[in-house]
Amino acid sequence: MSSAQHSHSTYIGRGVSVSIANLTRRFGDRAVLRELSLSVGPGEFVAVLGPSGCGKSTLLRLIAGLDEPDAGRVAIDDNPWPIAYVFQDPCLMPWRTVLQNVALPLELTGVPRAARHRAAARLLATVGLADAAERFPGQLSGGMRMRVSLARALITEPRLLLLDEPFAALDALTRQHLDNHLQDLFLEHRMTVLFVTHSISEAVFLADRVIVMSGAGGSLPADRRIELDRPRRDGVQTTVEFAREAGNLSRLLTEGSHTAL
Amino acid sequence: MKTLRLSAITPPLVSFMAIALGLEIGLAAAEVPTYLLPRPSAVWLALADNWPELLRATSQTALAAFLGLSLSALLGGFTAIVLSSHTWIRRAFYPYAVFFQTVPVVAIAPMLVIWFGYGIRAITAAAFIVSVFPIIANTLSGLLSTDPALRDLFRIYRASPLATLFKLRIPSALPYFLTGLRIASGLAVIGAIVGEFVADTYQGGGGIGTAVEVAIKEQKTDKVFAAVTMASILGLAFFALVNLASYVSMRRWQLAETKE
Repeated sequence: MSSAQHSHSTYIGRGVSVSIANLTRRFGDRAVLRELSLSVGPGEFVAVLGPSGCGKSTLLRLIAGLDEPDAGRVAIDDNPWPIAYVFQDPCLMPWRTVLQNVALPLELTGVPRAARHRAAARLLATVGLADAAERFPGQLSGGMRMRVSLARALITEPRLLLLDEPFAALDALTRQHLDNHLQDLFLEHRMTVLFVTHSISEAVFLADRVIVMSGAGGSLPADRRIELDRPRRDGVQTTVEFAREAGNLSRLLTEGSHTAL
Repeated sequence: MKTLRLSAITPPLVSFMAIALGLEIGLAAAEVPTYLLPRPSAVWLALADNWPELLRATSQTALAAFLGLSLSALLGGFTAIVLSSHTWIRRAFYPYAVFFQTVPVVAIAPMLVIWFGYGIRAITAAAFIVSVFPIIANTLSGLLSTDPALRDLFRIYRASPLATLFKLRIPSALPYFLTGLRIASGLAVIGAIVGEFVADTYQGGGGIGTAVEVAIKEQKTDKVFAAVTMASILGLAFFALVNLASYVSMRRWQLAETKE
Protein backbone atom coordinates (compact mmCIF):
# COMPACT_ATOMS: atom_id res chain seq x y z
CA MET A 1 0.00 0.00 0.00
CA SER A 2 2.66 2.48 -0.97
CA SER A 3 1.23 5.92 -1.37
CA ALA A 4 3.17 6.41 -4.60
CA GLN A 5 0.95 3.86 -6.26
CA HIS A 6 -2.08 5.97 -5.62
CA SER A 7 -0.67 9.31 -6.69
CA HIS A 8 -3.19 11.36 -8.57
CA SER A 9 -1.22 11.62 -11.75
CA THR A 10 -3.01 10.75 -14.96
CA TYR A 11 -0.17 8.38 -15.77
CA ILE A 12 -1.14 4.99 -14.40
CA GLY A 13 2.29 3.46 -14.48
CA ARG A 14 4.61 1.74 -16.86
CA GLY A 15 4.30 -1.91 -17.54
CA VAL A 16 6.40 -4.61 -15.98
CA SER A 17 7.94 -7.53 -17.83
CA VAL A 18 6.79 -11.05 -17.18
CA SER A 19 8.84 -14.15 -17.86
CA ILE A 20 7.45 -17.61 -17.59
CA ALA A 21 9.77 -20.59 -17.64
CA ASN A 22 8.86 -24.26 -18.01
CA LEU A 23 5.50 -23.77 -16.38
CA THR A 24 3.60 -27.00 -15.73
CA ARG A 25 0.22 -27.36 -14.11
CA ARG A 26 -1.61 -30.63 -13.78
CA PHE A 27 -5.15 -31.28 -12.64
CA GLY A 28 -5.18 -34.94 -11.73
CA ASP A 29 -3.59 -36.83 -14.61
CA ARG A 30 -4.19 -34.07 -17.12
CA ALA A 31 -1.43 -31.55 -17.74
CA VAL A 32 -3.25 -28.33 -18.59
CA LEU A 33 0.07 -26.56 -19.08
CA ARG A 34 3.18 -28.48 -19.98
CA GLU A 35 6.56 -26.75 -19.68
CA LEU A 36 5.24 -23.51 -21.08
CA SER A 37 7.77 -20.74 -21.58
CA LEU A 38 6.85 -17.22 -22.54
CA SER A 39 8.13 -13.74 -22.01
CA VAL A 40 6.22 -10.50 -22.19
CA GLY A 41 7.98 -7.17 -22.46
CA PRO A 42 7.12 -4.11 -20.37
CA GLY A 43 4.17 -2.22 -21.76
CA GLU A 44 3.36 -4.93 -24.25
CA PHE A 45 -0.22 -5.95 -25.08
CA VAL A 46 -0.25 -9.71 -25.50
CA ALA A 47 -3.35 -11.65 -26.48
CA VAL A 48 -3.49 -15.30 -25.53
CA LEU A 49 -5.63 -17.10 -28.08
CA GLY A 50 -6.89 -20.63 -27.96
CA PRO A 51 -9.89 -22.89 -27.71
CA SER A 52 -11.62 -23.63 -24.40
CA GLY A 53 -9.69 -25.94 -22.12
CA CYS A 54 -6.25 -25.15 -23.53
CA GLY A 55 -5.03 -23.68 -20.24
CA LYS A 56 -5.39 -19.97 -21.02
CA SER A 57 -7.20 -19.17 -17.81
CA THR A 58 -4.88 -21.40 -15.80
CA LEU A 59 -1.96 -19.41 -17.17
CA LEU A 60 -3.49 -16.14 -15.96
CA ARG A 61 -4.29 -17.59 -12.55
CA LEU A 62 -0.70 -18.76 -12.16
CA ILE A 63 0.61 -15.31 -13.10
CA ALA A 64 -1.77 -13.67 -10.64
CA GLY A 65 -0.68 -16.04 -7.87
CA LEU A 66 -4.18 -17.48 -7.52
CA ASP A 67 -2.82 -20.94 -8.28
CA GLU A 68 0.50 -22.72 -7.74
CA PRO A 69 2.39 -24.40 -10.59
CA ASP A 70 3.52 -28.02 -10.30
CA ALA A 71 6.81 -27.03 -11.90
CA GLY A 72 8.43 -23.99 -13.43
CA ARG A 73 8.13 -20.40 -12.38
CA VAL A 74 6.62 -17.04 -13.11
CA ALA A 75 8.93 -14.07 -12.68
CA ILE A 76 7.63 -10.51 -12.74
CA ASP A 77 10.16 -7.73 -12.46
CA ASP A 78 9.86 -4.96 -9.87
CA ASN A 79 6.96 -5.13 -7.50
CA PRO A 80 3.84 -5.37 -9.62
CA TRP A 81 1.44 -5.65 -6.70
CA PRO A 82 -1.43 -5.22 -6.84
CA ILE A 83 -1.89 -7.01 -10.14
CA ALA A 84 -5.21 -6.20 -11.77
CA TYR A 85 -7.40 -9.08 -12.85
CA VAL A 86 -10.59 -8.81 -14.87
CA PHE A 87 -12.79 -11.88 -14.87
CA GLN A 88 -15.15 -13.05 -17.59
CA ASP A 89 -18.03 -12.25 -15.29
CA PRO A 90 -18.02 -8.61 -14.10
CA CYS A 91 -18.38 -10.05 -10.56
CA LEU A 92 -19.58 -6.88 -8.91
CA MET A 93 -21.04 -6.88 -5.43
CA PRO A 94 -24.80 -6.35 -5.83
CA TRP A 95 -25.10 -4.75 -2.39
CA ARG A 96 -22.66 -1.97 -3.19
CA THR A 97 -23.10 1.10 -5.37
CA VAL A 98 -21.07 1.32 -8.56
CA LEU A 99 -18.76 3.82 -6.84
CA GLN A 100 -18.23 1.52 -3.86
CA ASN A 101 -17.55 -1.40 -6.18
CA VAL A 102 -14.88 0.53 -8.05
CA ALA A 103 -13.33 1.74 -4.80
CA LEU A 104 -13.08 -1.80 -3.37
CA PRO A 105 -9.40 -2.50 -4.22
CA LEU A 106 -8.33 0.74 -2.54
CA GLU A 107 -10.57 -0.04 0.43
CA LEU A 108 -8.89 -3.42 0.85
CA THR A 109 -5.46 -1.87 0.62
CA GLY A 110 -6.23 0.68 3.30
CA VAL A 111 -6.75 3.92 1.38
CA PRO A 112 -8.95 6.37 3.34
CA ARG A 113 -12.55 6.72 2.29
CA ALA A 114 -12.47 10.21 0.83
CA ALA A 115 -9.38 9.52 -1.27
CA ARG A 116 -10.64 6.23 -2.63
CA HIS A 117 -14.04 7.67 -3.51
CA ARG A 118 -12.34 10.53 -5.34
CA ALA A 119 -10.22 8.05 -7.27
CA ALA A 120 -13.25 5.87 -8.04
CA ALA A 121 -15.23 8.85 -9.34
CA ARG A 122 -12.32 9.78 -11.60
CA LEU A 123 -12.03 6.22 -12.96
CA LEU A 124 -15.77 6.05 -13.57
CA ALA A 125 -15.50 9.22 -15.63
CA THR A 126 -12.77 7.67 -17.78
CA VAL A 127 -14.98 4.67 -18.57
CA GLY A 128 -17.94 6.94 -19.29
CA LEU A 129 -19.99 6.02 -16.25
CA ALA A 130 -19.75 9.18 -14.16
CA ASP A 131 -23.54 9.40 -13.96
CA ALA A 132 -23.90 5.82 -12.72
CA ALA A 133 -21.78 6.24 -9.56
CA GLU A 134 -24.68 5.96 -7.11
CA ARG A 135 -26.54 3.24 -8.97
CA PHE A 136 -26.43 -0.45 -8.13
CA PRO A 137 -25.04 -3.18 -10.42
CA GLY A 138 -28.54 -4.63 -10.79
CA GLN A 139 -29.58 -1.43 -12.57
CA LEU A 140 -26.86 -1.61 -15.24
CA SER A 141 -26.61 -3.35 -18.59
CA GLY A 142 -24.03 -6.10 -19.17
CA GLY A 143 -21.71 -3.73 -21.03
CA MET A 144 -21.92 -1.11 -18.29
CA ARG A 145 -21.17 -3.71 -15.63
CA MET A 146 -18.09 -4.79 -17.54
CA ARG A 147 -16.92 -1.17 -17.69
CA VAL A 148 -17.36 -0.92 -13.92
CA SER A 149 -15.29 -4.08 -13.59
CA LEU A 150 -12.60 -2.53 -15.80
CA ALA A 151 -12.62 0.67 -13.75
CA ARG A 152 -12.23 -1.38 -10.56
CA ALA A 153 -9.22 -3.16 -12.03
CA LEU A 154 -7.58 0.10 -13.08
CA ILE A 155 -8.09 1.99 -9.82
CA THR A 156 -4.88 0.70 -8.27
CA GLU A 157 -2.93 2.05 -11.25
CA PRO A 158 -1.75 -1.45 -12.08
CA ARG A 159 1.47 -2.15 -13.93
CA LEU A 160 0.19 -5.53 -15.03
CA LEU A 161 -3.37 -6.07 -16.21
CA LEU A 162 -4.70 -9.59 -16.69
CA LEU A 163 -8.00 -10.07 -18.50
CA ASP A 164 -9.69 -13.46 -18.76
CA GLU A 165 -12.11 -13.37 -21.72
CA PRO A 166 -13.62 -10.21 -20.25
CA PHE A 167 -16.03 -9.38 -23.07
CA ALA A 168 -16.94 -12.91 -24.16
CA ALA A 169 -20.48 -12.76 -22.79
CA LEU A 170 -21.35 -9.46 -24.47
CA ASP A 171 -23.04 -8.81 -27.80
CA ALA A 172 -20.79 -8.02 -30.78
CA LEU A 173 -21.44 -4.29 -30.81
CA THR A 174 -20.83 -3.76 -27.09
CA ARG A 175 -17.78 -5.95 -27.35
CA GLN A 176 -16.29 -3.85 -30.15
CA HIS A 177 -17.03 -0.72 -28.15
CA LEU A 178 -15.20 -2.09 -25.11
CA ASP A 179 -12.28 -3.32 -27.24
CA ASN A 180 -11.88 0.26 -28.46
CA HIS A 181 -12.08 1.51 -24.96
CA LEU A 182 -9.52 -0.94 -23.65
CA GLN A 183 -7.13 0.07 -26.42
CA ASP A 184 -7.49 3.73 -25.46
CA LEU A 185 -6.78 2.96 -21.83
CA PHE A 186 -3.76 0.89 -22.82
CA LEU A 187 -2.36 3.59 -25.09
CA GLU A 188 -2.82 6.17 -22.36
CA HIS A 189 -1.20 4.20 -19.57
CA ARG A 190 1.00 1.60 -21.25
CA MET A 191 0.68 -1.04 -18.59
CA THR A 192 1.57 -4.59 -19.55
CA VAL A 193 -1.57 -6.44 -20.64
CA LEU A 194 -2.29 -10.15 -20.97
CA PHE A 195 -5.62 -10.63 -22.64
CA VAL A 196 -7.11 -14.10 -22.88
CA THR A 197 -9.64 -14.58 -25.66
CA HIS A 198 -10.96 -17.15 -28.09
CA SER A 199 -11.83 -14.54 -30.70
CA ILE A 200 -9.24 -14.21 -33.47
CA SER A 201 -10.44 -10.80 -34.60
CA GLU A 202 -10.43 -9.44 -31.06
CA ALA A 203 -6.85 -10.67 -30.62
CA VAL A 204 -5.70 -9.06 -33.87
CA PHE A 205 -7.52 -5.83 -33.11
CA LEU A 206 -6.04 -5.38 -29.66
CA ALA A 207 -2.66 -7.05 -29.38
CA ASP A 208 0.94 -6.27 -30.17
CA ARG A 209 1.59 -9.98 -30.04
CA VAL A 210 -0.65 -13.01 -30.11
CA ILE A 211 0.25 -16.25 -28.39
CA VAL A 212 -1.64 -19.16 -29.88
CA MET A 213 -2.18 -21.92 -27.39
CA SER A 214 -3.77 -24.90 -28.97
CA GLY A 215 -4.34 -28.47 -28.00
CA ALA A 216 -3.11 -29.30 -24.54
CA GLY A 217 -1.03 -26.27 -23.59
CA GLY A 218 2.12 -27.43 -25.33
CA SER A 219 5.59 -26.19 -24.51
CA LEU A 220 6.05 -24.05 -27.60
CA PRO A 221 3.01 -21.95 -28.33
CA ALA A 222 2.99 -20.13 -31.64
CA ASP A 223 3.84 -16.49 -31.24
CA ARG A 224 2.92 -13.79 -33.78
CA ARG A 225 3.56 -10.08 -33.85
CA ILE A 226 0.67 -8.02 -35.18
CA GLU A 227 2.05 -5.30 -37.42
CA LEU A 228 -0.86 -2.90 -37.48
CA ASP A 229 -0.52 0.77 -36.61
CA ARG A 230 -2.12 2.14 -33.47
CA PRO A 231 -4.55 3.42 -32.61
CA ARG A 232 -6.55 0.84 -34.51
CA ARG A 233 -10.01 2.03 -35.32
CA ASP A 234 -13.29 0.46 -36.29
CA GLY A 235 -13.04 -0.54 -39.92
CA VAL A 236 -9.51 -1.90 -39.59
CA GLN A 237 -11.14 -5.34 -39.54
CA THR A 238 -12.03 -4.97 -43.20
CA THR A 239 -8.48 -4.18 -44.40
CA VAL A 240 -6.31 -6.67 -46.24
CA GLU A 241 -3.61 -6.55 -43.54
CA PHE A 242 -6.09 -7.42 -40.83
CA ALA A 243 -7.47 -10.30 -42.87
CA ARG A 244 -3.94 -11.63 -43.48
CA GLU A 245 -3.09 -11.57 -39.75
CA ALA A 246 -6.41 -13.21 -38.86
CA GLY A 247 -5.87 -15.85 -41.54
CA ASN A 248 -2.42 -16.68 -40.19
CA LEU A 249 -3.74 -17.06 -36.66
CA SER A 250 -6.64 -19.17 -37.84
CA ARG A 251 -4.18 -21.49 -39.62
CA LEU A 252 -2.00 -21.72 -36.51
CA LEU A 253 -5.02 -22.58 -34.40
CA THR A 254 -6.17 -25.37 -36.70
CA GLU A 255 -2.65 -26.76 -37.18
CA GLY A 256 -2.19 -26.82 -33.44
CA SER A 257 -5.42 -28.66 -32.84
CA HIS A 258 -4.50 -31.21 -35.54
CA THR A 259 -1.18 -32.04 -33.91
CA ALA A 260 -2.89 -32.23 -30.55
CA LEU A 261 -5.36 -34.75 -31.91
CA MET B 1 -42.88 -1.90 -1.91
CA LYS B 2 -45.10 -3.61 -4.38
CA THR B 3 -48.66 -2.50 -3.74
CA LEU B 4 -51.00 -5.34 -2.94
CA ARG B 5 -52.97 -5.65 -6.13
CA LEU B 6 -56.50 -6.92 -6.33
CA SER B 7 -55.33 -9.85 -8.47
CA ALA B 8 -52.96 -10.88 -5.69
CA ILE B 9 -55.42 -10.86 -2.78
CA THR B 10 -58.61 -11.91 -4.52
CA PRO B 11 -57.82 -15.63 -5.06
CA PRO B 12 -56.85 -16.47 -1.45
CA LEU B 13 -59.78 -14.38 -0.17
CA VAL B 14 -62.26 -16.16 -2.43
CA SER B 15 -60.88 -19.60 -1.55
CA PHE B 16 -61.03 -18.77 2.16
CA MET B 17 -64.65 -17.62 1.90
CA ALA B 18 -65.59 -20.67 -0.15
CA ILE B 19 -64.01 -23.10 2.31
CA ALA B 20 -65.58 -21.33 5.31
CA LEU B 21 -68.97 -21.32 3.63
CA GLY B 22 -68.63 -24.98 2.64
CA LEU B 23 -67.71 -25.95 6.19
CA GLU B 24 -70.53 -23.89 7.62
CA ILE B 25 -73.16 -25.53 5.42
CA GLY B 26 -71.60 -29.00 5.52
CA LEU B 27 -71.20 -29.14 9.30
CA ALA B 28 -74.72 -27.81 9.86
CA ALA B 29 -76.21 -30.29 7.42
CA ALA B 30 -74.33 -33.24 8.95
CA GLU B 31 -75.28 -32.00 12.42
CA VAL B 32 -71.72 -32.30 13.71
CA PRO B 33 -71.79 -31.17 17.35
CA THR B 34 -69.79 -28.05 18.19
CA TYR B 35 -67.60 -29.82 20.77
CA LEU B 36 -66.34 -32.14 17.99
CA LEU B 37 -65.80 -29.62 15.22
CA PRO B 38 -67.22 -26.09 15.54
CA ARG B 39 -68.66 -24.31 12.55
CA PRO B 40 -66.74 -21.24 11.29
CA SER B 41 -69.47 -18.99 12.62
CA ALA B 42 -69.06 -20.51 16.10
CA VAL B 43 -65.29 -19.92 15.96
CA TRP B 44 -65.96 -16.38 14.86
CA LEU B 45 -68.33 -15.83 17.80
CA ALA B 46 -65.82 -17.35 20.22
CA LEU B 47 -63.19 -14.99 18.84
CA ALA B 48 -65.49 -12.02 19.35
CA ASP B 49 -66.59 -13.12 22.84
CA ASN B 50 -63.09 -13.76 24.13
CA TRP B 51 -61.36 -11.04 22.16
CA PRO B 52 -59.60 -9.13 25.01
CA GLU B 53 -58.41 -12.36 26.61
CA LEU B 54 -57.20 -13.86 23.30
CA LEU B 55 -55.45 -10.65 22.33
CA ARG B 56 -53.58 -10.59 25.64
CA ALA B 57 -52.66 -14.26 25.26
CA THR B 58 -51.45 -13.64 21.73
CA SER B 59 -49.30 -10.73 22.80
CA GLN B 60 -47.70 -12.90 25.51
CA THR B 61 -46.93 -15.67 23.04
CA ALA B 62 -45.73 -13.09 20.53
CA LEU B 63 -43.24 -11.71 23.04
CA ALA B 64 -41.73 -15.13 23.83
CA ALA B 65 -41.68 -16.13 20.15
CA PHE B 66 -40.06 -12.83 19.20
CA LEU B 67 -37.40 -13.18 21.89
CA GLY B 68 -36.73 -16.77 20.83
CA LEU B 69 -36.51 -15.79 17.17
CA SER B 70 -34.18 -12.88 17.92
CA LEU B 71 -31.97 -15.18 19.95
CA SER B 72 -31.98 -17.66 17.05
CA ALA B 73 -31.04 -14.94 14.59
CA LEU B 74 -28.16 -13.73 16.77
CA LEU B 75 -26.79 -17.06 17.98
CA GLY B 76 -27.65 -18.93 14.77
CA GLY B 77 -25.93 -16.32 12.62
CA PHE B 78 -22.91 -16.27 14.89
CA THR B 79 -22.73 -20.08 15.00
CA ALA B 80 -22.87 -20.22 11.21
CA ILE B 81 -19.95 -17.78 11.01
CA VAL B 82 -17.89 -19.87 13.41
CA LEU B 83 -18.78 -23.09 11.56
CA SER B 84 -17.89 -21.55 8.21
CA SER B 85 -14.43 -20.52 9.39
CA HIS B 86 -12.81 -23.92 8.93
CA THR B 87 -13.65 -27.34 7.53
CA TRP B 88 -12.48 -29.05 10.71
CA ILE B 89 -14.61 -26.88 12.96
CA ARG B 90 -17.54 -27.62 10.71
CA ARG B 91 -16.96 -31.36 10.82
CA ALA B 92 -16.51 -31.32 14.57
CA PHE B 93 -19.47 -29.17 15.55
CA TYR B 94 -22.08 -29.25 12.80
CA PRO B 95 -23.60 -32.49 14.15
CA TYR B 96 -24.45 -30.63 17.37
CA ALA B 97 -26.29 -28.02 15.32
CA VAL B 98 -28.26 -30.81 13.64
CA PHE B 99 -29.23 -31.90 17.15
CA PHE B 100 -31.43 -28.80 17.38
CA GLN B 101 -33.17 -29.87 14.20
CA THR B 102 -33.91 -33.40 15.34
CA VAL B 103 -34.67 -32.93 19.03
CA PRO B 104 -38.42 -33.04 19.71
CA VAL B 105 -39.03 -29.92 21.74
CA VAL B 106 -41.99 -31.54 23.48
CA ALA B 107 -39.65 -34.17 24.89
CA ILE B 108 -37.18 -31.74 26.40
CA ALA B 109 -39.63 -29.02 27.41
CA PRO B 110 -39.82 -30.39 30.99
CA MET B 111 -36.03 -30.13 31.14
CA LEU B 112 -36.29 -26.50 30.08
CA VAL B 113 -38.48 -25.89 33.12
CA ILE B 114 -35.83 -27.48 35.32
CA TRP B 115 -33.11 -25.35 33.77
CA PHE B 116 -34.90 -22.05 33.36
CA GLY B 117 -37.85 -22.31 35.76
CA TYR B 118 -41.50 -21.72 34.83
CA GLY B 119 -42.26 -18.65 32.78
CA ILE B 120 -41.05 -16.69 29.83
CA ARG B 121 -37.44 -17.85 29.99
CA ALA B 122 -38.28 -21.50 29.41
CA ILE B 123 -40.88 -20.57 26.76
CA THR B 124 -38.34 -18.41 24.95
CA ALA B 125 -35.85 -21.29 25.14
CA ALA B 126 -38.38 -23.61 23.48
CA ALA B 127 -38.99 -21.06 20.70
CA PHE B 128 -35.23 -20.72 20.27
CA ILE B 129 -34.57 -24.46 20.07
CA VAL B 130 -37.02 -25.10 17.26
CA SER B 131 -36.12 -22.02 15.26
CA VAL B 132 -32.33 -21.92 15.40
CA PHE B 133 -31.41 -24.72 13.02
CA PRO B 134 -32.89 -23.32 9.78
CA ILE B 135 -30.96 -20.13 10.45
CA ILE B 136 -27.68 -21.95 11.05
CA ALA B 137 -28.11 -24.22 8.03
CA ASN B 138 -29.12 -21.49 5.60
CA THR B 139 -26.59 -18.92 6.75
CA LEU B 140 -23.84 -21.51 6.64
CA SER B 141 -24.59 -22.46 3.06
CA GLY B 142 -24.66 -18.76 2.19
CA LEU B 143 -21.30 -18.15 3.83
CA LEU B 144 -19.81 -21.11 1.97
CA SER B 145 -21.18 -20.30 -1.47
CA THR B 146 -19.56 -16.94 -2.09
CA ASP B 147 -18.82 -16.18 -5.74
CA PRO B 148 -15.38 -17.80 -6.37
CA ALA B 149 -14.34 -14.93 -8.64
CA LEU B 150 -15.02 -12.42 -5.86
CA ARG B 151 -13.04 -14.58 -3.45
CA ASP B 152 -10.17 -14.53 -5.95
CA LEU B 153 -10.49 -10.76 -6.17
CA PHE B 154 -10.15 -10.47 -2.39
CA ARG B 155 -7.11 -12.75 -2.51
CA ILE B 156 -5.46 -10.66 -5.21
CA TYR B 157 -5.76 -7.58 -3.00
CA ARG B 158 -4.58 -9.61 -0.02
CA ALA B 159 -7.67 -8.88 2.04
CA SER B 160 -7.45 -10.11 5.63
CA PRO B 161 -9.75 -12.96 6.70
CA LEU B 162 -11.70 -10.45 8.77
CA ALA B 163 -12.14 -8.03 5.85
CA THR B 164 -13.21 -10.95 3.64
CA LEU B 165 -15.73 -12.00 6.27
CA PHE B 166 -17.29 -8.59 6.79
CA LYS B 167 -17.05 -7.15 3.29
CA LEU B 168 -17.70 -10.28 1.25
CA ARG B 169 -18.95 -13.39 3.02
CA ILE B 170 -21.49 -11.89 5.40
CA PRO B 171 -23.12 -9.64 2.78
CA SER B 172 -23.22 -12.57 0.33
CA ALA B 173 -24.90 -14.72 2.96
CA LEU B 174 -27.60 -12.15 3.76
CA PRO B 175 -30.26 -13.54 1.36
CA TYR B 176 -29.64 -17.05 2.73
CA PHE B 177 -29.87 -15.80 6.31
CA LEU B 178 -33.19 -14.12 5.52
CA THR B 179 -34.54 -17.33 3.98
CA GLY B 180 -33.59 -19.14 7.18
CA LEU B 181 -35.23 -16.42 9.24
CA ARG B 182 -38.42 -16.75 7.18
CA ILE B 183 -38.63 -20.48 7.95
CA ALA B 184 -37.67 -19.87 11.58
CA SER B 185 -40.36 -17.21 12.12
CA GLY B 186 -43.21 -19.73 11.92
CA LEU B 187 -41.31 -22.30 13.93
CA ALA B 188 -40.65 -19.82 16.74
CA VAL B 189 -44.40 -19.33 17.24
CA ILE B 190 -44.92 -23.10 17.34
CA GLY B 191 -42.03 -23.49 19.80
CA ALA B 192 -43.43 -20.80 22.08
CA ILE B 193 -46.87 -22.46 22.15
CA VAL B 194 -45.38 -25.87 22.91
CA GLY B 195 -43.31 -24.21 25.64
CA GLU B 196 -46.45 -22.69 27.14
CA PHE B 197 -48.10 -26.11 27.39
CA VAL B 198 -45.39 -27.09 29.83
CA ALA B 199 -43.88 -23.99 31.31
CA ASP B 200 -46.53 -21.27 31.41
CA THR B 201 -47.12 -19.67 34.82
CA TYR B 202 -50.61 -18.38 33.93
CA GLN B 203 -49.31 -15.05 35.10
CA GLY B 204 -51.27 -12.30 33.37
CA GLY B 205 -53.55 -14.96 31.92
CA GLY B 206 -50.95 -16.99 30.02
CA GLY B 207 -50.27 -17.29 26.32
CA ILE B 208 -52.06 -18.96 23.40
CA GLY B 209 -50.82 -22.41 24.44
CA THR B 210 -52.38 -21.89 27.85
CA ALA B 211 -55.60 -20.58 26.33
CA VAL B 212 -55.84 -23.75 24.22
CA GLU B 213 -55.16 -25.94 27.25
CA VAL B 214 -57.76 -24.22 29.40
CA ALA B 215 -60.38 -24.25 26.62
CA ILE B 216 -59.81 -28.01 26.12
CA LYS B 217 -60.29 -28.67 29.82
CA GLU B 218 -63.51 -26.63 29.67
CA GLN B 219 -64.49 -28.58 26.53
CA LYS B 220 -65.00 -25.33 24.66
CA THR B 221 -63.89 -26.50 21.23
CA ASP B 222 -64.95 -23.26 19.58
CA LYS B 223 -62.61 -21.37 21.92
CA VAL B 224 -59.80 -23.81 21.13
CA PHE B 225 -60.26 -23.05 17.45
CA ALA B 226 -60.42 -19.33 18.17
CA ALA B 227 -57.05 -19.59 19.97
CA VAL B 228 -55.58 -21.67 17.15
CA THR B 229 -56.77 -19.04 14.68
CA MET B 230 -54.92 -16.40 16.69
CA ALA B 231 -51.82 -18.60 16.63
CA SER B 232 -51.85 -18.88 12.87
CA ILE B 233 -52.48 -15.16 12.50
CA LEU B 234 -49.48 -14.59 14.75
CA GLY B 235 -47.35 -16.93 12.61
CA LEU B 236 -48.42 -15.07 9.48
CA ALA B 237 -47.62 -11.74 11.10
CA PHE B 238 -44.11 -12.96 11.95
CA PHE B 239 -43.65 -14.19 8.41
CA ALA B 240 -44.81 -10.85 7.01
CA LEU B 241 -42.47 -9.00 9.36
CA VAL B 242 -39.47 -11.02 8.17
CA ASN B 243 -40.53 -10.50 4.56
CA LEU B 244 -40.68 -6.77 5.16
CA ALA B 245 -37.23 -6.83 6.77
CA SER B 246 -35.77 -8.75 3.82
CA TYR B 247 -37.46 -6.43 1.36
CA VAL B 248 -35.96 -3.39 3.07
CA SER B 249 -32.45 -4.85 3.29
CA MET B 250 -32.41 -6.45 -0.16
CA ARG B 251 -34.40 -4.03 -2.26
CA ARG B 252 -31.33 -2.53 -3.89
CA TRP B 253 -30.03 -5.94 -5.02
CA GLN B 254 -33.18 -6.79 -6.85
CA LEU B 255 -33.72 -3.69 -8.90
CA ALA B 256 -32.78 -5.56 -12.05
CA GLU B 257 -35.44 -8.18 -11.53
CA THR B 258 -38.25 -5.78 -10.69
CA LYS B 259 -37.39 -3.57 -13.64
CA GLU B 260 -37.58 -6.29 -16.25
